[in-house]
Amino acid sequence: MMAKLSIRNVVKAFDGKVVLRDVDLDVSTHEVVCLIGSSGSGKSTLLKCINLLVPIDSGEIVLDGVDIAAPGINPNQVRQSMGIVFQAFNLFPHMKVIDNITLGPRKVHGIPRDEAEERARGLLERFDLLDKADAYPGLLSGGEQQRVAIVRALAAEPELMLFDEVTSALDPELVAEVLNVIRGLKTAGMTMVIATHEMGFARDVADNVCFLDDGVILEQAAPKDLFGNPQQPRTQQFLQRIVDAGRL
Amino acid sequence: MNSNSLEEVERRGPQALWPRRSPHSREEGARGALIAAASTVGVLGLMLWVVLASEAWPKVQRQFFSWFHFKESFPKVASGFWLDVKMFMVAEVLILGIALGIAMIRALRGPAFLPLRIIAVTYIDLIRGLPILLLILLMGFGIPSLQLPGVTNSPLFWGVTALVLSYSAYTAEVYRAGIESVHESQRMAARSIGLTQGQALRHVIVPQAIRNVIPALLNGFVSLQKDVALVFVLGVREGLREADIYNARTFNYTSYIAAAVLFLLVSVPVARFTDWYTDRDRRRKQAMSS
Repeated sequence: MMAKLSIRNVVKAFDGKVVLRDVDLDVSTHEVVCLIGSSGSGKSTLLKCINLLVPIDSGEIVLDGVDIAAPGINPNQVRQSMGIVFQAFNLFPHMKVIDNITLGPRKVHGIPRDEAEERARGLLERFDLLDKADAYPGLLSGGEQQRVAIVRALAAEPELMLFDEVTSALDPELVAEVLNVIRGLKTAGMTMVIATHEMGFARDVADNVCFLDDGVILEQAAPKDLFGNPQQPRTQQFLQRIVDAGRL
Repeated sequence: MNSNSLEEVERRGPQALWPRRSPHSREEGARGALIAAASTVGVLGLMLWVVLASEAWPKVQRQFFSWFHFKESFPKVASGFWLDVKMFMVAEVLILGIALGIAMIRALRGPAFLPLRIIAVTYIDLIRGLPILLLILLMGFGIPSLQLPGVTNSPLFWGVTALVLSYSAYTAEVYRAGIESVHESQRMAARSIGLTQGQALRHVIVPQAIRNVIPALLNGFVSLQKDVALVFVLGVREGLREADIYNARTFNYTSYIAAAVLFLLVSVPVARFTDWYTDRDRRRKQAMSS
């Protein structure tokens, strides 16, 4: 089967500091890939490169058989087929929840307001947020804000979802509600790439876990293998620290 | 600790262990207000007495504060001042729009927009580098001297145009500060849902930016509200010009005081409103982040 997303030899440096050295990654349709690794290992940057929010220096990012990193590709068009959710939610604070969600469909896809709102309410209902439709984001809990951010990304009906440490900014008791939304998306068959520090979650939701270290994917395997029997010393060291911290 | 204070701890809880910060806060507040009032009256009274008791005062009063000349000059000055108000309102609307356009052009990224950005930056640099009075003279006298067909020679028109050009450059910088105060992650989130740069600016960045710079924009209002009087150098019969004409005729300066009173009547409330708004905005932000 052709890969949904295929990343080849991706290199990215910021002001001479190399963040992604040489990354290769394949994601097939309906697959869930988790990216783990310490902060600064390049997880976040990789996701932003996939969404073309950060231009890569060299390499290929092939989505549905098209190299989207090639010149001449319209990034706005590419972004419509994938959604990204950020660590800090990044909701638009001056807009109600419903307007946060309908902005993309209305302005990008030209869907009339009524129709966009109807769809948005449907999504909000599905994620148990309908009563927040007319609230401003600042008045919601972190977990609610992050769920709204997920709904906003889903409103464009993407075929690929990218999650960038979406629970790292949440109070511990709010983490589960967000993770459950992602579990629900897996059940629905969404293709996802998830950067996370929640190892327990990665273990049960991922089909494939990638350990990033210093800008390369050092090791990738099914979760039971990567967590149960890591091959690389760096992976072993990283996981040991997680275990020592009581997080796995 | 003696038995008294132990009793107090029982009565008031652990707070009794610390000295009461203000045991009679209401009475103390009243006393404070009284002191403030007394000292204000005292200081102002002293200043007033020094001025009124001075030998020069009768002369000053005659030249600057003559009730007769005030009444005589006021109607003309007031009708001229109404023109100031109208100039201000027209100019301010234009400035707010043009400056926003310039600021948005400056905020566009990518090599394709470089020529536009260069034009915007050049405009801002040139205009801000010139004294506003020079610009008014240059345009108000210069352009009519060309006698271009189909182009108005109205000094009022060119004076206001010069003000708009000048203030737009400054106001564009105010907007730019606002645009830069909106966190980069907002731009990223806007782009991530497929919005173009322009859409992201218009729907996401600029609405937040404007909120952040409203106090600075209001400051600009106060400033422009006075600077419209500069077009008097072109002979436009606005408030200051009328006062000047009266003074030239009578050699009495009370007409200037009449103009001053009118300008203050407008600008002081705007200044107070700016402070009130800034204060309220800060309190709101604190409430949101707590």
